[in-house]
Amino acid sequence: MIKIENLHKSYPIGKDSLHVLKGLDLHIKEGEFVSIMGSSGSGKSTLLNIVGLLDTHDEGKYYLNGQLIKDLNEKKAAILRNKFLGFVFQSFNLISYKTALENVALPLYYKGMGRKERLKIALEYLEKVGLKDWAEHLPNELSGGQKQRVAIARALVTKPKVVLADEPTGALDSTTTDSVMDLLKEINDEGMTVFVITHEEEVAAQTKRIVRLRDGVIISDKLTQQAKAV
Amino acid sequence: MFDLDRWREIFQSINKNKLRSALSGFTVAFAILLFTLLFGIVSGLSNTFKDAFVDDAQNSMFVRVWRTTKPFKGLQKGRAIQLTNEEYNYVTDEYGKKIQFKTARIYKNFNIKYRNKANNYNVRAVHPDHQYLEKTKVYEGRYLIGRDLKEKAKVIVIGRLIKEDLFGERPALGKRLNVNGISYKIVGIYSDDGGDNEERIAYIPVTTAQMIYGNNDHISQIFLGYNPNLNLDQAVAFGNQLERDLRKKLDIHPDDQSALSVRNMAEANKNVGQFMGILYAIVILVGSGTLIAGIIGISNIMIFIIKERTKEFGIRKALGAKPSSIVAMVVQESILITTIAGYLGLSLGTYILSLIGDSLEDDYFIKDPSVSPTIVVGATIVLIIAGLIAGYLPAKKAANIKPIVALSAD
Ligand SMILES: Nc1ncnc2c1ncn2[C@@H]1O[C@H](COP(=O)(O)OP(=O)(O)OP(=O)(O)O)[C@@H](O)[C@H]1O
Ligand SMILES: [Mg+2]
Repeated sequence: MIKIENLHKSYPIGKDSLHVLKGLDLHIKEGEFVSIMGSSGSGKSTLLNIVGLLDTHDEGKYYLNGQLIKDLNEKKAAILRNKFLGFVFQSFNLISYKTALENVALPLYYKGMGRKERLKIALEYLEKVGLKDWAEHLPNELSGGQKQRVAIARALVTKPKVVLADEPTGALDSTTTDSVMDLLKEINDEGMTVFVITHEEEVAAQTKRIVRLRDGVIISDKLTQQAKAV
Repeated sequence: MFDLDRWREIFQSINKNKLRSALSGFTVAFAILLFTLLFGIVSGLSNTFKDAFVDDAQNSMFVRVWRTTKPFKGLQKGRAIQLTNEEYNYVTDEYGKKIQFKTARIYKNFNIKYRNKANNYNVRAVHPDHQYLEKTKVYEGRYLIGRDLKEKAKVIVIGRLIKEDLFGERPALGKRLNVNGISYKIVGIYSDDGGDNEERIAYIPVTTAQMIYGNNDHISQIFLGYNPNLNLDQAVAFGNQLERDLRKKLDIHPDDQSALSVRNMAEANKNVGQFMGILYAIVILVGSGTLIAGIIGISNIMIFIIKERTKEFGIRKALGAKPSSIVAMVVQESILITTIAGYLGLSLGTYILSLIGDSLEDDYFIKDPSVSPTIVVGATIVLIIAGLIAGYLPAKKAANIKPIVALSAD
């Protein structure tokens, strides 16, 4: 599903440049549940953003669903994101003036689906994350955990192949963290590839594979107990 | 453009962000309002000026005489100057090509009587061309014609109000009037836009008047319409030349304005034209200034709005929005706001102008101020295009920011 070979990324800082990713190789197959760990500044978000086509890499090869990602313009990137990828951000990134339902339905709008149909589907997904009764609420009327569940529903609504989550539980307490992780497990069980960044060992332990990053290189890549249990 | 869903997105964005929508709308509405008022007031001024000259033909010229104020060629000052047929014929012979209409005028005031009703009226003895110079509209019968003059006929053309005074509702055409003891036949009745006084005048043939009243060839004034093919400068020159020639012919000092002068509409027209030209230049300057201020206002607000929405655009892009759909959304929103606001400003402006109406006519010479729809529509189109550009450029920029950069904006 995701194949990365010798990936490099630098950020220009003034005249210098900061070499963040230093030749990563990573292969994630369809249906995997992978977590990335590493200290702050190790390049986790940078990697996820490149995988999510939100940012571009400098060197190396990246294949998404078998397609080589190279010289994408914004339009093509938008189409690929809409088709293959769902995002869950640490800070939720819901649109503040849209209701929970409208937020969830938005990716379907960009897919070109009619209003009635997309609201119906969006409501199904809100139900799935246990927020059917909150459909007409604005984001600022929801708790952090509820917002993140809305964001997950939004990430899932287009039935993407890969869900990318950058510290989805970073802003949540332990109870809501569990409910969010349960959701991610559930969608992985349904066959979706899930790729999460986390700082928390307990969260990582609930995934099936942990990739550890330090200073832009992978230092370990192991299957967890979860994977062995299956 | 007619994507219902996109319009729904836009209405929601406008509706949920009332303050910023109102802000940008206000700028446009205000610019259009000022623009409308400005043009309205100037058109009011221009109406006043046009009106002042509408009564007589635009190309008219009067030759007037009075007393000399300067001695000349041994003649004392204070001598009364008298025009006669000789000068009239001289002018019409000498300058035939430069003249479109020509008439003499003799001013009289007579008691006119029909049966038991009588009144004093101004009577003018004229040539047939007088009709065109005074813009007299004969609505019953006819005006004076060449044959009347040749036959020195005792015929009279009366104004609408003389007819009403003496005849009321009864027919007057063909009836005989007693003018100072002499009987004239009414051959025509006219109306005139110049106001009441202009419709209480009676016209008789100049030849008849000369025969009956004094038996001489005196005339009071020569009234001409210069050839409309002359441009203003040529017409002014013609008037000056005429003035010089006639002074010379009548032994008047070349600078004696009082003894003989030519009042030339061309000069007045030229002055009014220059004045209006300056006025319009100022208006165009101020008007475009207003518009430019409006345009800059919208642009600034759009830049601000788009900056504020950068993160939203990042989210939308992460969810699969193409840059073009973001640009289209912003531009349509911008156009919608400018159009509605422009229309509001326009309506308010025309409403205020209609309230002003003619109330400023006496003190400020502003008559019936209004703006032509073309100008306003033009201005609105300019603003819409401005809104389009103002929205397009920053939106295009924002839409092409990498989503990751846009998402981290705050
Ligand atoms: N847009 C950018 N411009 C310049 N430097 C950047 C940019 N984004 C990230 N960096 C730098 O690149 C390095 C890696 O950043 P990244 O966000 O990938 O770290 P991370 O592993 O996600 O850290 P954290 O756990 O704190 O989120 C950091 O040193 C960061 O300062
Ligand atoms: Mg990070």
